[in-house]
Amino acid sequence: MSKTITIDGQVIPFEEGQTIMEAATEAGVYIPHLCHHPEYTPHGSCKLCNVNVNGRTCSACTFPAMEGQQILNDAKDINEERKKITQMLFVEGNHFCPSCEKTGNCQLQAVAYHLNMLDDHFPLFYPHRELDASHAEVLIDHNRCIFCTLCVRASQQKDGKDVFAISGRGINKHLIINAESGLLKDSELEATDQAAHVCPTGAILIKRTGYQVPIGERIYDHTQIDQVSLNSENIQHDN
Amino acid sequence: MTAFIQDLVEKNHYQPTHLLHILRAVQAHYHYIPKDAIEQIARLLAISRTQIMGVIEFYSFFHLSPRGHYEILISDSITDHLLGKHELAAYLEEKLNVKLGEVRADGLVSLDNTSCTGLCDQGPAGLVNGYALSRLDKAKVDQITDLINQQTPLEGWPQALFQVDDNLIRSDLLLSAPIPAGAALQSAFNRGLKETLNELDISGLRGRGGAGFKTATKWKFCSEELNDEHIVVCNADEGEPGTFKDRVLLNSYAHQVFEGMTLCAAIIGAQKGFLYLRGEYLYLHEKLEAILAERRQAGLLGQNIVNADFNFDIEICLGAGAYICGEESALIESLEGKMGIPRNRPPYPVTHGYLGKPTVVNNVETFLAAASIAVNGGNWFANIGTDKSKGTKILSICGDCAQPGIYEYPFGTDIQTILDDCGASDVLGVQIGGPSGTFISNKEFSRLLAFEDLATGGSFIVFNQQRNILDVVNNFTHFFAHESCGFCTPCRVGTSLLKNQLDKIVDGHGSAGDVVALEELCQIVKKQSHCGLGQTAANPILTTLERYPELYQAQLKKISYEPGFDLDGALETARRLAKRDDAGAHLAQVEE
Repeated sequence: MSKTITIDGQVIPFEEGQTIMEAATEAGVYIPHLCHHPEYTPHGSCKLCNVNVNGRTCSACTFPAMEGQQILNDAKDINEERKKITQMLFVEGNHFCPSCEKTGNCQLQAVAYHLNMLDDHFPLFYPHRELDASHAEVLIDHNRCIFCTLCVRASQQKDGKDVFAISGRGINKHLIINAESGLLKDSELEATDQAAHVCPTGAILIKRTGYQVPIGERIYDHTQIDQVSLNSENIQHDN
Repeated sequence: MTAFIQDLVEKNHYQPTHLLHILRAVQAHYHYIPKDAIEQIARLLAISRTQIMGVIEFYSFFHLSPRGHYEILISDSITDHLLGKHELAAYLEEKLNVKLGEVRADGLVSLDNTSCTGLCDQGPAGLVNGYALSRLDKAKVDQITDLINQQTPLEGWPQALFQVDDNLIRSDLLLSAPIPAGAALQSAFNRGLKETLNELDISGLRGRGGAGFKTATKWKFCSEELNDEHIVVCNADEGEPGTFKDRVLLNSYAHQVFEGMTLCAAIIGAQKGFLYLRGEYLYLHEKLEAILAERRQAGLLGQNIVNADFNFDIEICLGAGAYICGEESALIESLEGKMGIPRNRPPYPVTHGYLGKPTVVNNVETFLAAASIAVNGGNWFANIGTDKSKGTKILSICGDCAQPGIYEYPFGTDIQTILDDCGASDVLGVQIGGPSGTFISNKEFSRLLAFEDLATGGSFIVFNQQRNILDVVNNFTHFFAHESCGFCTPCRVGTSLLKNQLDKIVDGHGSAGDVVALEELCQIVKKQSHCGLGQTAANPILTTLERYPELYQAQLKKISYEPGFDLDGALETARRLAKRDDAGAHLAQVEE
């Protein structure tokens, strides 16, 4: 008999070694997330996937599923705090959706919509961050980086390179490029790398592909992120 | 430079785990980490330059741009503030002709703040090129200024500047009767290792860093892990502002601390141990190495310890200015030569610690106590204290009291007794357990020192009636924002938001909803953060807001909304450009 956990009253089977996120996704239960991606080692940093496990706050993407766990996920207070965490990500950087090429395809924006985020709530930091347009095919707009490390992990785990890293401490965290000059053009990044495509926001963009899909016809313009996420992550899983 | 780095990396056996050792040496030599050094170290260690960059930018004591040949840091802990840090810093700026946070034009000297240096009982304190300066005053600043301007090498500075006293005032069970070197190991092998672990279990000893996990249980779990290698780590990264007991234990009881580590190694089957010493205690390094050498000579470390079939040795690793490395998994990352970012748990260090090996991490005081227990037995310890908190606790008492220093008390002692002993009168409140602990008011002095009431890693800061609580809270809140590792969103962004929101209120820009917003933010940071730092970063605000809500309310303006910035101040650049300063070039903050 397979082991089970319970999420919001729904009994969900899991296999030994699975995280709560993996078990939930397989069962069609969406847990909001940004730094998690099923193809890469879980990171547990964005904290959007924090759920209540037997009364304790745990990150679903890193915490192992264990027999009998009673988990709260889609609860009003939990989603309210997730909204605040999303607002933190917005005010920390410079995110201006209307002028961002990623709008409609952006997971940060989509999660914000999903959580019914209608304003920034917190005072904005307006940090001074650079744009790196040095690479022939790929652009980095540091204003939009949320430090999810997906590009770091993709480069290491999929591309067999080591192009990106997160440096600095606290609110001064920033994405750095593995090149003596610190510029993307001098790194090993190629436009075909997974790392160039995995960014959940508009921080890493492929040049000369902008606006090919008109605003209004983009992924999250028509489908909520929970559906998109469950569909794509389960397809990846089946493959 | 090439030869220097080559030699340095070679001395560190080309081990990437020694990255902090290497960078400390480069920083000391060049007063920053030159770009070429990064490239060379990356090549020699076969790690990416970004890993090195990350480490440099993570730790406060590493710099990518040159600092002064004499790098002066002033401890910015609240205890230093109480002792006149602000006046002292202003005097230093004036005498040395350099502003805080800057390097003098001639490159000779730089001046900056640093987090608590652990000399709270003899501040205001500072560091020069990493070495502790105690009891700074104007006369000493004059002296230091001359020494710097004459470019006297640090070795030629008067020793009085570096004098650090133990200030050991009250000894009890542990400190009054240190064990002779080797006694704990002899007892343990005579009694049997299993039986000794049993005595430790009977003693009820719980981790002295503050979290209070039962020591015998931790050692037992680790010993049961099947692995060809086990590791012992002593956490001497006491960074909690107001704590300095480990400084004294390592200065005067180091033999017993090392013996406790060796005892642990015998029980869990470890051959390798680390003492992770906070960078601020650099001045203890040489002395501790000498004690390790003595112990090797005496057959208490190395091969066939106490003629049993047991090999173990200890390596000292220095931190580089990061409070977060006091968190055990961040400390392990740091030992591995990385940024001190707390790991996801599970797995816990007892199963996957240093380089993935089963690892026991304990506080300095825990190892000290374990060694005594091995000699005197479990009941000797368990007979003292309360039901849930056995034995004694060593406190670092500082702030507004006649006799700051080290005090050892049985658990269960009430706060009033402690205040009477240290000569504290007219007390407003006490910060127990440091910023991450609890602020108690003068109505709560019958409360007890115990895990079940007031738990503390040792920090005990007294404030008298003349002190402003909001200044204290502000200092602590800035501290956490500065020390957040930045890994998780709620702490990275939340601690900075807390800092800004509290500043807004303290600076008199707060309005009706701002205290509510502050409290709401506190709850998110506390509940959603990844590790203990974030989970406790809001404690200074929460514990004082609970006790003194009127203090916060009194700061607020009697209007419904007040912008968080200075509107008229924001026009300053425009006024300068337009060369105008008439009434029309000014804006009222809000319409009156």
